[in-house]
Amino acid sequence: MSMLELRQVSKSYGQGSAEVHALREVSLTAGEGAMVAVMGPSGSGKSTLLTIAGTLEEPTSGEVLVAGELTRKLSRGAKAQLRRRVIGYVFQDFNLLPGLTAAENVSLPLELDGVSGRKARVAALQALDGLGLSGRASSYPDQMSGGERQRVAIARAMVGDRRLLLADEPSGALDSVNAEAVMRLLHEACKNAGMTAVVVTHDAQLASWADRVAFLRDGRVVDQTAPAPGPESLLIAEPNQ
Amino acid sequence: MSVRHAMLALLSERPKYGLQLREEFEARTGEVWPLNVGQVYTTLQRLERDGLVESDGNGEEGPQKGFRITAAGEQELARWLRTPPDLSSPPRDELVMKILVALHVPRVDVHAVIQAHRRYLVELMQQWTRIKEDDAGDDLNMLLAVDAELFRLDAVVRWLDTAEARVKRAAADGTTAWAGQASPRNQTRAPLPRHRREVGTRR
Repeated sequence: MSMLELRQVSKSYGQGSAEVHALREVSLTAGEGAMVAVMGPSGSGKSTLLTIAGTLEEPTSGEVLVAGELTRKLSRGAKAQLRRRVIGYVFQDFNLLPGLTAAENVSLPLELDGVSGRKARVAALQALDGLGLSGRASSYPDQMSGGERQRVAIARAMVGDRRLLLADEPSGALDSVNAEAVMRLLHEACKNAGMTAVVVTHDAQLASWADRVAFLRDGRVVDQTAPAPGPESLLIAEPNQ
Repeated sequence: MSVRHAMLALLSERPKYGLQLREEFEARTGEVWPLNVGQVYTTLQRLERDGLVESDGNGEEGPQKGFRITAAGEQELARWLRTPPDLSSPPRDELVMKILVALHVPRVDVHAVIQAHRRYLVELMQQWTRIKEDDAGDDLNMLLAVDAELFRLDAVVRWLDTAEARVKRAAADGTTAWAGQASPRNQTRAPLPRHRREVGTRR
């Protein structure tokens, strides 16, 4: 089953001569355990694609399916529940609440969903532990490095039974070594924990962590990468003379 | 890649056999640059001829012949490590040529050309990233070699992104000159500065 499926999704803002087409008939599928990158320049429609995939916005036309459910048919309440329980978001600027510790930031979405404080805390500590942050549970965001903050944000996006991670330039604010660590975590979450991740980025190095890269230009998916033939093909090249 | 100086670097640690040098060269470069035995022995013979290494001197060529670095070899290695490679003139880059040419070929969509190259580069980068993820582990040499390749390919992708944005902007401004050689802007363009016309090519 596809965790996320976009069928012929279009989105436009404004009307008449002021109409802007942010997305044009975008079709995109991400299966369970897959990491898909959507690569494009600023203004190509990347963030719109992500907000529509995350049911934060309705497409002008086309269908969005999350975990096999046609989101158009869901009530407002059911959609909110889908967002709380199935979808996790990771943003470039982390979006952690400054007055809460790492553990409190991670447990918050569960508590908002009605999970008891004690159970939410246990789940939060587990999620932090899984990302190598058990020693930082009581730290506040301003006491942590950028890389640690983004790992807390990933723990928050994965906590509970969430299966679809939507990440918007998740390592844009980090140096290249920390950025790589974040992408490595996201890829491991897909490979080992069966999460599905859709990462939008303009950065080819980050996109290269994905199993598949779709190229977005002017609101259209114009191309995508073929499945990789395997790394060994690069290591048996003939020596350069 | 200077195999010659890599051999000197390996011998600066201690004397080694030819076969050992080949294995260590490949391990140190993260197995990214394979080397054949012939290259190793040709390089060692030249180094010996130039007085930069010495061999056991028993005259027998083969895997059991040992080599050590000389004082002149150590000086040469130190000099080489500190000498920046010549990056002053741009290489004759085939990809750059193709995009520049594509701008002027009738009925060719330069955006499609750019995208074909971009996809190929990103696919290559995916393969290198898998190596980093699956094979490199804590192997610092391999990580650095793979990083270097990823940054090199990334720079090309970024150039393509910039090229595409410029072409798009030029089209929007009506200043494109491809196919339409009669563009007034094209005809009146000032000659390139002298230093740009004389840009040399490496390789």
